[in-house]
Amino acid sequence: MSAALEGATPAARLQDDARLAAASRRRQRREKWLTHLWLLLGVLVFAFPIWITLVGSTHDTATIGRGDVPLLPGSHGLENYTAAIETGGSGRYRSSPAALMLWNSALMAMCIAVGKIAISLLSAYAVVFFSFPGRMLAFWTIFITLMLPVEVRIIPTYQVIVALDLFNSMAGLTIPLIASATATLLFRQFFLTVPDEYVEAAKIDGAGPLRFFRDILLPLSVTNIAALFVILFIYGWNQYLWPLLIVNDRSLETIVVGLAKMIGSGDTQNEWNVIMATAVLALLPPVLVVLAMQRWFVKGLTETEK
Amino acid sequence: MATLELSGIRKSFGATKVLHGIDLTVPDGEMIVIVGASGCGKSTLLRIVAGLEAPTEGTVRIGGREVTALEPADRDIAMVFQNYALYPHMTVAQNMAYGLKIRGLPKAEIARRVGETAELLGISALLDRRPRQLSGGQRQRVAMGRAIVREPKLFLFDEPLSNLDAKLRVQMRAEIRRLQRRLGVTSLFVTHDQTEAMTLGDRLVVMHAGHAVQVATPMEVWARPADTYVAGFIGSPAMNFLEGTLTEGGRAVALRAGPVLHFTDGPRPGPEGRRLTIGIRPEHLVRDAETGLELSLDLVEPLGSETVLHGRLPGGEPLTAKLSGAVPAAGGSLRVAIPPAELHVFDAESGRRLDGLA
Repeated sequence: MSAALEGATPAARLQDDARLAAASRRRQRREKWLTHLWLLLGVLVFAFPIWITLVGSTHDTATIGRGDVPLLPGSHGLENYTAAIETGGSGRYRSSPAALMLWNSALMAMCIAVGKIAISLLSAYAVVFFSFPGRMLAFWTIFITLMLPVEVRIIPTYQVIVALDLFNSMAGLTIPLIASATATLLFRQFFLTVPDEYVEAAKIDGAGPLRFFRDILLPLSVTNIAALFVILFIYGWNQYLWPLLIVNDRSLETIVVGLAKMIGSGDTQNEWNVIMATAVLALLPPVLVVLAMQRWFVKGLTETEK
Repeated sequence: MATLELSGIRKSFGATKVLHGIDLTVPDGEMIVIVGASGCGKSTLLRIVAGLEAPTEGTVRIGGREVTALEPADRDIAMVFQNYALYPHMTVAQNMAYGLKIRGLPKAEIARRVGETAELLGISALLDRRPRQLSGGQRQRVAMGRAIVREPKLFLFDEPLSNLDAKLRVQMRAEIRRLQRRLGVTSLFVTHDQTEAMTLGDRLVVMHAGHAVQVATPMEVWARPADTYVAGFIGSPAMNFLEGTLTEGGRAVALRAGPVLHFTDGPRPGPEGRRLTIGIRPEHLVRDAETGLELSLDLVEPLGSETVLHGRLPGGEPLTAKLSGAVPAAGGSLRVAIPPAELHVFDAESGRRLDGLA
């Protein structure tokens, strides 16, 4: 304790404290403004292209064709969206109606997400809770496929699917994308954190392996499953290369592929307004899925049900 | 209601031998406490009885039925785990009912049993809660409830009190004892806490390095420990050990610290000069200003009614005494005497207890 402080009168010290408190209030306010400024900048950077798309989808072909980039919504929204949903536009690069492509995409994304989760839950269950010869070999075999992305093994996969006569079918579209090491790995990591006592308590309660899986392990994994579902749905929804290769039947076309096909190359006039309307439509389902699963999604990423 | 017989239970994990042949017979309704330091194999033994682990050799019989090859669920047992292992996504009632549901009991019967057990444990108000909404003591009760509701032949407790705070532990200890008496179910209780062991068990199994060193009532274990390990393990503060040699034709021991003590319960066998370990409990040491051994104190721990004194004898041997009344502060010294009637005599080499021949 310094002599100066001890010598000061209580009133003087009080004043001092008031000044310190005011300073810390000012600092807190300044920090709040700074963080908000950065956040606003971030929002702007991420949201601006989407805003442009939204606005573009409400103007007529001519406005956008002139090369203007309008920043305020126009009045042709309804007709653009109707055209996109019902016919897929009228231009030379007319694609399938968005309604059909949305349905195809939704079905494909759903099959991929559900299939991946089902397969990886079961394989992770086998790898973690059972000991059998070759268990680690099985795990590593699954694991190393992580190092081979779809693009790398696309030719052999194509060959296999064609040989299986699954070309131009929903099965051919989804099955190769269902086999997944990522989800297996995630579930394995989660299962490893499940205390052994649950397994033992269940054994004493008389629950067999499948019963334990259904009654104990699945309910414990719900948040993880939800989080993974969101991620996998979007992964499936955004697939481009594989659907492009394996499907040339227009009735099976997915929205991401269709959207790309709508944009012609060369000197043709693109119907940008309809393209942007389709893009907005393509954006909606993943957004809806995220919104619907948001609560679970965040929970699954941050905590485990314990 | 059933007996439990273990014979020749051995267990190795790979090359590591964990249990070296355990034999134990538990009569109907008895509460056996398996006590030992961590790593002594006590939990492994319990898990073998539960069927969660298979013995390398030996047989387990429950109620006369050999169950060595049976699944845990078919052994008619219930187990309370250290961390309770309540299923987090089920309510208390569902947790308790789960085992019964799997066994296919009718709904009405399950509801009746769960209700009665909840009543017995005073958790009726908690039946709709999830485990995470319960306090440690309440979880403990639910875990007990899950075991009781099954009306098993045998209860197994795996250190169920170690996650509770001190006060609650004492309370639950008494409660478990009362419940076990009332239900009369044969029980096996594993703990590393000697107080828990002493207060809970009808008999104790003291385990050390994979052997059941002593199987006896708590008082017997305390009064006549089978070897120096048991003697040092049971009792707090731990028993003092002093070196000595047999003298006067086996009728006395000459302590290295000086005095010659005459046995009051008969002579010990062996040649003159046989090396002995003499055990004396801290609470049995008495003040003796004239003839006592000088104890220079280096730590004094007041417990309220009594004081624990840690010090050294002139020869450097450590000695702990538990005395009541005023004591000198650390750094001081006082004289204590060893009453010959309270001696425990062990062979220095094997550590086994040597009883008087008379």
